[in-house]
Amino acid sequence: MVHVFLIHTLRATKAEEGLCRVLYSCFFGTENSPNDPQPHGAERDRLLRKEQILAVARQVESMCQLQQQACGRPAVDLQPQSSDDPVRLHESPCGAFRLTAGDPFQEPRTVVWLGVLSLGFALVLNAHENLLLAEGTLRLLARLLLEHLRLLVPTANLLLRADCIEGILARFLPHGQLLFLNDQFVQGLEKEFSAAWTR
Amino acid sequence: MFTTGAESLLLQAREIRDEELGKLCTRVCALLQKEDWGPDALDALRRLFLIVSATKYSRRLGKPCVALLQSTLCSPACPEQLQLLCAAVLREMAPSDSLSLSCDHIQNTRQLGLVASVLLAQGDQQQVRSLGQRVLKVLESRQPEGPSLRHLLPVVSKVTSLAPDALHEEQTRALSKRLGDWLRYASVQQGVAHSSGGFFSTPRARQLGPVTEVDGAVATDFFTVLSTGQRFTEDQWLNVQAFSMLRAWLLDSEPGGSGAPDADDKSELEGSTRSVLSATSTASHLLPPQEWLREKAFEYCQRLLEQSNRRALRKADSDLQKACLVEAVLVLDVLCRQDPSFLYRTLSCLKALHTRLRGDPAWVRALLPVAQFFLHHGEAAAVDADAVYQHLFSRIPAEHFHSPMLAFEFVQFCRDSLPLFGRNLGVLRTSFPNLFKFLAWNSPPLTSDFVALLPSLVDAGTAVEMLHLLLDLPCLTAALDLQLRSLQAASERPPWDVSIRAPGCLEAFRDSQAQGLFQHLLRAQASGTVERLTPLYRLLQPLAGCARVVQCAEAVPTLLRAFFSAVTQIADGALASQLALLLLERSDSLYQVPGYEAGVHRVLSSQFPALCKLHPPLVVEHAKELLEFVGGPRSGGHVLTSVVWAIGEYLSVSWDRRCTVEQINNFFEALEALLFEVTQSRPSTTLPKCPPQVITVLMTTLTKLASRSQDLIPRVSLLLSKMRSLAQSPATGSMPGEEDAGAVRTRATELLNLLKMPSVAQFVFTPSVEVSEPRYHRDTNTALPLVLRTVSRLVEREAGLLPG
Repeated sequence: MVHVFLIHTLRATKAEEGLCRVLYSCFFGTENSPNDPQPHGAERDRLLRKEQILAVARQVESMCQLQQQACGRPAVDLQPQSSDDPVRLHESPCGAFRLTAGDPFQEPRTVVWLGVLSLGFALVLNAHENLLLAEGTLRLLARLLLEHLRLLVPTANLLLRADCIEGILARFLPHGQLLFLNDQFVQGLEKEFSAAWTR
Repeated sequence: MFTTGAESLLLQAREIRDEELGKLCTRVCALLQKEDWGPDALDALRRLFLIVSATKYSRRLGKPCVALLQSTLCSPACPEQLQLLCAAVLREMAPSDSLSLSCDHIQNTRQLGLVASVLLAQGDQQQVRSLGQRVLKVLESRQPEGPSLRHLLPVVSKVTSLAPDALHEEQTRALSKRLGDWLRYASVQQGVAHSSGGFFSTPRARQLGPVTEVDGAVATDFFTVLSTGQRFTEDQWLNVQAFSMLRAWLLDSEPGGSGAPDADDKSELEGSTRSVLSATSTASHLLPPQEWLREKAFEYCQRLLEQSNRRALRKADSDLQKACLVEAVLVLDVLCRQDPSFLYRTLSCLKALHTRLRGDPAWVRALLPVAQFFLHHGEAAAVDADAVYQHLFSRIPAEHFHSPMLAFEFVQFCRDSLPLFGRNLGVLRTSFPNLFKFLAWNSPPLTSDFVALLPSLVDAGTAVEMLHLLLDLPCLTAALDLQLRSLQAASERPPWDVSIRAPGCLEAFRDSQAQGLFQHLLRAQASGTVERLTPLYRLLQPLAGCARVVQCAEAVPTLLRAFFSAVTQIADGALASQLALLLLERSDSLYQVPGYEAGVHRVLSSQFPALCKLHPPLVVEHAKELLEFVGGPRSGGHVLTSVVWAIGEYLSVSWDRRCTVEQINNFFEALEALLFEVTQSRPSTTLPKCPPQVITVLMTTLTKLASRSQDLIPRVSLLLSKMRSLAQSPATGSMPGEEDAGAVRTRATELLNLLKMPSVAQFVFTPSVEVSEPRYHRDTNTALPLVLRTVSRLVEREAGLLPG
């Protein structure tokens, strides 16, 4: 079960200008414990969620930077050479790490991440999940988003295309449920999605 | 990709003022009110979503706007794009007190799913439960082949994971029965394809024939997630969803939670009888719903195991096969835990599966759930799973350390299964060299996991070997890098560091003389021997600046601390001695990675006194080695400071009766020579300036030794006065800074004062055990600081009275 899906910026090295920004995030359900005696303010809960997501995004960014550094890949690797160059997702850096209880979520969680062209995609999962499935789903989501949002075009922007992201998530990760979709199912869903989206 | 234009857009959205937001809300309201669902509304809603989600502080949208968003969401005619945006905006504002959304009157399942996503984000358990009830009602009221039930199953799964008590037992049982049906009895014909027809022909529906397996053959048995076709029917969709939520459902729907009383009640005898019964499937339709679901789930998993053996035509399907195999084994594990009668049927096929998988490197990640299964159930089934663990720990880390996902999963497996290892913990412990390969290669994500794992790996028999390997961890990283380069053909994206070419190192790797050392470093099991790897440090020097090696070197101090805190719990005197000597030996024999030595020295300098405290006689026992260390050349001050302090503290008869006056004198001479050396030598580029801590600790230790062998008192008094005058004159360059000189002066004065009263000095410097326990509030007579202060004041007053 996925708790959070997020997309954030990914700088090639720590020295680069700017901060890590969360571009899109989606919480599937909340984390309140059922016997929570202290009623929190609604605003405080929302603030906490946003902070948690930012904490995860920062950790993913630094894990990706460290992995790229360790492989000796030059920083320019994260920029597309041309929009015709197909992005080879199975070679993009990816990894997983564990979040302990309380840091930043109440319960221990696992994060699976993928770095594609200065964007980071991450899934925050339960502590014991089928990571092969999670990895596959994340790659699928990244491919769909790259294609349908045409993110390889330099002026493209996903900030104002939330409906497209939501449409893809609603079909391929409904309510955070990881689905076992073989290639034909994926194609069927994709066709359905393209048909429903006028733009 | 993320151009500065986008960055400025994000900032704009964050800084937008309330009036502008108000204007946008009014515009949205106007458009939604008159149900103008064209591109203007889409654009406005997209902007609204960005504004609401861009900042972590809440935004006020106004009641009419929120009400219109809610009604648009529930309106039947609104296009999907706009509904998704409305739901997204409402979800972003959650938790919200002003939400009055209700799911009671929505019939369209897709819309119900959207509303559910908003309600689930509110964090209200009561709402979650009522949502669950509503969704189940809709599920129950439809025909089994009704359209779009697949929008609802994920909601049910989410509801039961958030609120396990949301569904009544009756409802759980009913849904379990249906899930079992969907899993087992989905149609094996492909869906109907509608061709729109050409100019001359009429549109017609074509039957596409039966579903196929992933390798193209016609399906041999019932439909599963690994069955393909060109179009899918609704019940085949439900099949996919049912399997996707199966494991969570089995765990959540157990009556009484995860510790199911049903399973506990069954005795062994009953279990074996049931297994005979359930071996024949004719009895299955008489089973109650939970057992029905388990039976169908079992058959499904068996089928997946068979299907995963086929050679998939597409790569995506091949990846899915692996994920399905893992899931099937995990589900079988749950089934056997809930109903031990499945164990008899599962064991043989899992053993066959293991044999099949272990030879194929592409399926290595699937071996972990199989091993976990044997861990959980091996005891109950009286199966000897040693071969499984042996293969797991001796082969896999050595061959697959460079895959980050496998490394992560393997380490998690070790951590999670620790309580279950039982008598097999020995295998885990002796395989620590192999496990450290994961750590050496992927240190950033795995360091915290290893810190948690170390206490279980540390064993009195292997502690010395483990400490050596921990200190050599960066060297191991470099060696693994070389191993990969030498074994693998050049591929486009090799796992080693491509920015560093090291042809000389590769030759050295193949050199016959260094072979033995490399093999020792890259061993799979604890060998019980220790080898000096100093020649390798030289050979691997070109790789020392490599980013991966540096990352590993940064992680080592943390690991050392975890190691020592674990080993001090179990170490006896002999082991503490061995480890202390090891520290001394290795402190200047480390792989030269930038910053590594300094980090390690910091840890070693705090651990040496801790080891001495554990076993104080070790200072006397190893006086010879300590003398050599003090007298020999060294680079860092930290370790020396702590060694000298330990000498001063523990070299006395009260800690070890074998301490002789001769030993004290020997140490005195060595330390005196050292003190002269560090204070007289001019700082140069090779020798750094001597930190004042070294000087003060040397002075204090010399005074302590003198208080125990009182003939030395005149010598040390002379020494101290010399030090004091040295500190006062700024001419020598060895003590820069007024503060440092002041500290040395003060310490020298205090010590001189104490030495004026030798018996007090002895008491102060060699307190008996009762005295050194602070009990200030209980017994003022034995409080050491008080004594010190009194003595100082007495002596100073006395000095004031004496002439000169």
